[in-house]
Amino acid sequence: MKRGHVDKEAYYKGVRMIPYDLLKELAIATIGILVVVLVLAVALSSPDVPSVTIQSWAKADPVDFVTTAQAELAGTSDVADYGPPYNNGTGSVQTWGFLNPQTWGGVHVPTNAANDFVLQPLTQAAPGDSDLTAALQTFNTASTDQQTAWLTKYGDAVANATVGSDGSVDVASGDYGPVPVLMDRMLTLARSGALDALLLTSDHFYQTDFSRALLFLDDGGYIGNLAQDQSLTGSQWGMMNETGRYPGQAWLWLYTMWYQIPPFTSDSGFLGISGANADLAVVGVMLVLSLLLVFVPVIPVLRDIPRWIPIHRLIWRRHYAEIRKHPRPAAPS
Amino acid sequence: MTSDAMSESPPGPRPDPAKAPDEAGWTAAVRNRVEQTLPLTELLPTKQPAYIGSWVYSFGVICIAALVWVVVSGVVLAFFGSAWWHISAVGHFFNSVHFWSVQMFFIFLVLHLWGQYWGAGWRDGRATTWMVGVVIFLVSVVTAFTGYLIQQNFDSQWIAINAKDGINSTGLGGLFNVLNFGQQYGLHVMLFPIAVTLLVVLHIIQVRSRGVVRPIDDPMPASDSAGALR
Amino acid sequence: MNEPAPYLHWGFILISLPNLVLIGVMVLLFIVALFAPFPGHKRISGHTDDE
Repeated sequence: MKRGHVDKEAYYKGVRMIPYDLLKELAIATIGILVVVLVLAVALSSPDVPSVTIQSWAKADPVDFVTTAQAELAGTSDVADYGPPYNNGTGSVQTWGFLNPQTWGGVHVPTNAANDFVLQPLTQAAPGDSDLTAALQTFNTASTDQQTAWLTKYGDAVANATVGSDGSVDVASGDYGPVPVLMDRMLTLARSGALDALLLTSDHFYQTDFSRALLFLDDGGYIGNLAQDQSLTGSQWGMMNETGRYPGQAWLWLYTMWYQIPPFTSDSGFLGISGANADLAVVGVMLVLSLLLVFVPVIPVLRDIPRWIPIHRLIWRRHYAEIRKHPRPAAPS
Repeated sequence: MTSDAMSESPPGPRPDPAKAPDEAGWTAAVRNRVEQTLPLTELLPTKQPAYIGSWVYSFGVICIAALVWVVVSGVVLAFFGSAWWHISAVGHFFNSVHFWSVQMFFIFLVLHLWGQYWGAGWRDGRATTWMVGVVIFLVSVVTAFTGYLIQQNFDSQWIAINAKDGINSTGLGGLFNVLNFGQQYGLHVMLFPIAVTLLVVLHIIQVRSRGVVRPIDDPMPASDSAGALR
Repeated sequence: MNEPAPYLHWGFILISLPNLVLIGVMVLLFIVALFAPFPGHKRISGHTDDE
């Protein structure tokens, strides 16, 4: 069939035409759907679970907060060794065979965990706090090996930390150097709300990029536990779910389904796909499926299924009945 | 495509440039092409083939109707700023209208897709209509995604920190930073709605200019085999 | 309404009740659309009406 000018007279030859008011149909549909939407909006409202803040995190779970802050400073957190686009680490780089687009993409949201999440905010908060100033000085002038030794010991100790009556985090005594002071000040800054502001604004006034605060939150366990309660995690079909008793993104069912089944969940691989590169693999699978959907008209079998499963006989049953009663003259070839 | 279109001349005498100088040139060519492809009688027809008498045909227009309210409520939300709906009951109401009209949009989009699939609506030269429709679906999914990211509540925080891993794995994490509220806001409020609207307009033009596809197996005067699916 | 929704679990499938209801309504709408009578224009005379 030639594209371009469509000869409707020829195409509709022999077809019964009926009067049809398209604009009235549009108007009825518009009013109708508005009524439905208004009823739902008034009756059910919409979801709005308030955001987590660094402050609420530090108050609700100070041990998790300090554990995370220590890991950032030690370079052992997920973000510290993530890889592009944040840094040149390898901990979260996903590859599939020879495909390594994450590395090819490069570092464009430069993030140094120890500096961006801990040292810089503490340095900005140090004026007037001589203990903090001294602790920072001690830490910054120590050798890398010394820093690592302090942090590793402190990291082991905080795994058994207790929460004091004043909300502070208490660990067994040990040789941690200036780290306890740094962590104590991090917790104080966090509980006051100052760390939220410091992570967001850095040293400029206006800011709309929440990368630092969100990455720091993500490294902790607190926000993940809240998400688990709402069934929003990846292994709970979370991508299609919503907070509260609301429908989510049902159209993402197929995207999130892969995350629930092997090999995307397994440690061992299949066709190079495992839990380690599930994100990249799912993107690849969905890209292929999306292309298949776009090109259905030219793909054999996919484009023939509607003939094989004749739901169309229901869509056009009045038309087919009419043709049976009044068959048209044979088409000239 | 141009050679095909040009080989099927529209009815009536072709303008003779020698006789009417204003009928030559780009403007005349575009106007003639538009009049061929989508005259007003086809854009706003008053007759349709009788076989559209099925409720399955209503899904597309209901989808458009839902989109109207998505945009209207979105405009109101944008006007008053991203924090408004958290602190104002009226704001929350408009957010609810936006939320439910988006749900309606996707419900009827998918129903429309089902209807077109089972009716093989891509036949008889309508393949690109189907393709544009699927692209609308995919772009709408991304548009909705940016919308969820700018809610500025727990849901948007969680979606951002999870989606980042998927997007980072593709190498696009530096270009499309889901943690960057400012970027996602501009994409959602302006760039993607423009894209969706343009695609929907194109889709409607395609449907109106080509007409509604005939039923499967309906004998066509010009078909080479009765109702061949192509 | 901000309390977590009830979830249904069959094998590897885990779906929220609101989502299940929504999908159920969609399937229902499609089936109804297939079978519900559509207000039709009575045939005026004869059958084919080439216009």
